[in-house]
Amino acid sequence: MEINDLIKYIESEFDELPRGTLQPETSFREIEGWSSMHALLLIALVDNHYDVLLTGEELKNAVTIRDLFLIIVNRKS
Amino acid sequence: MEISHIEYYLPENKLTNRELSSQFGKSEYDIFKMTGVKTRRIRSESQIGSDLGFLAAERLLQNQPDLKEKIDLLLFCTEGLDYKAPTTSSTLHYRLGLKEDCACMDMPMGCAGFVYGLSAAKAALICENATCVLFITADIPSSVIHSRDFELRAIFGDAGAAVVVENSSSGKIGRFCFGTDGSGAENLIVRQGSTRQQIDETWLKKFKAEPGKLSFGRMEMNGLEIARFSLQKVPVLVKNVLQKNGLAFQDIDLFILHQASDFILTALRRKCKIPENKFYTYFSEIGNTVSCSIPIAMYHAVKEGKLKKGNKVMILGFGVGYSWAGTVIEY
Repeated sequence: MEINDLIKYIESEFDELPRGTLQPETSFREIEGWSSMHALLLIALVDNHYDVLLTGEELKNAVTIRDLFLIIVNRKS
Repeated sequence: MEISHIEYYLPENKLTNRELSSQFGKSEYDIFKMTGVKTRRIRSESQIGSDLGFLAAERLLQNQPDLKEKIDLLLFCTEGLDYKAPTTSSTLHYRLGLKEDCACMDMPMGCAGFVYGLSAAKAALICENATCVLFITADIPSSVIHSRDFELRAIFGDAGAAVVVENSSSGKIGRFCFGTDGSGAENLIVRQGSTRQQIDETWLKKFKAEPGKLSFGRMEMNGLEIARFSLQKVPVLVKNVLQKNGLAFQDIDLFILHQASDFILTALRRKCKIPENKFYTYFSEIGNTVSCSIPIAMYHAVKEGKLKKGNKVMILGFGVGYSWAGTVIEY
């Protein structure tokens, strides 16, 4: 499981994002135009690709894409 | 046994993205992109749920006048009953001029209500307690949405629908699966205006600037938890419905889910791996119409030739409660 795959999935789901915009340390809430709808998209994306249904608490505590990735890794282990 | 007739009614008032755009400072394009909805229909001040249900049923009976003498069970599903007593179905029975030897029942259910009601109609027919069921659904979510709740206003719309379920040589209504998880009650709720939490003077003062002072209550939704619930329960429901009906995934010609939101529908289609050509939606013109969303989608699927006689359609309702239910109809 690679963090770059998660980044690719997010960039492809948020279609206004040009490829290469996001980095592991990017704070996902600072993505331009971020709204509560994006949080839902993120939950569905992670569920779809990793079969991990993030909780509201997990999402609230995550700041960067790396944080998200670590939650997924942790839940999968 | 079949759903032999479907009709629906939408109020005339439209809430467009242009109007929302002017009120919330978001572009029409962004609103559509976020919600997948172009317009929603909103009741007039004097209309409540049963009025929309009545107009749908009246339209159906005008088209099929012979049914009036046949209907011996009227089911009415709504989250906004007219009174605490009597049943709203009995007042609808009177307004529609149905015959006296007819049973009437209310079902205060939400987004899973159509599937629940269909199971009740099937049970009554199988037990020979009825021969022809008029099942009316109606909801007016706009009446419990605060004018500043953008996400709710953008997604929900008001509507009424009516179907007739009766014995026939063609068609089949399959076995049902149900589920309930009351721990999710708080995530989609209208508290005030109920027996437990009454509307009081403080409430009316607080919302005096709102249309109708929110005197029916106020909808509160935790969108994230509702999304999690849907993603968790609906894919399992699909499997259970197939299993209970002895069918394979490929046997289903069309899937019609409760039209919750564009986001939830897309996420569920992907998760359940349903091909786009087997996944019917009727959402962008009316939004989420609660208990009416499945019959309205079925109406349009038939009209567009996507649901034909003999097709197997899986219908799935899920939402407030939490409650969920599904079955397969051989149309």
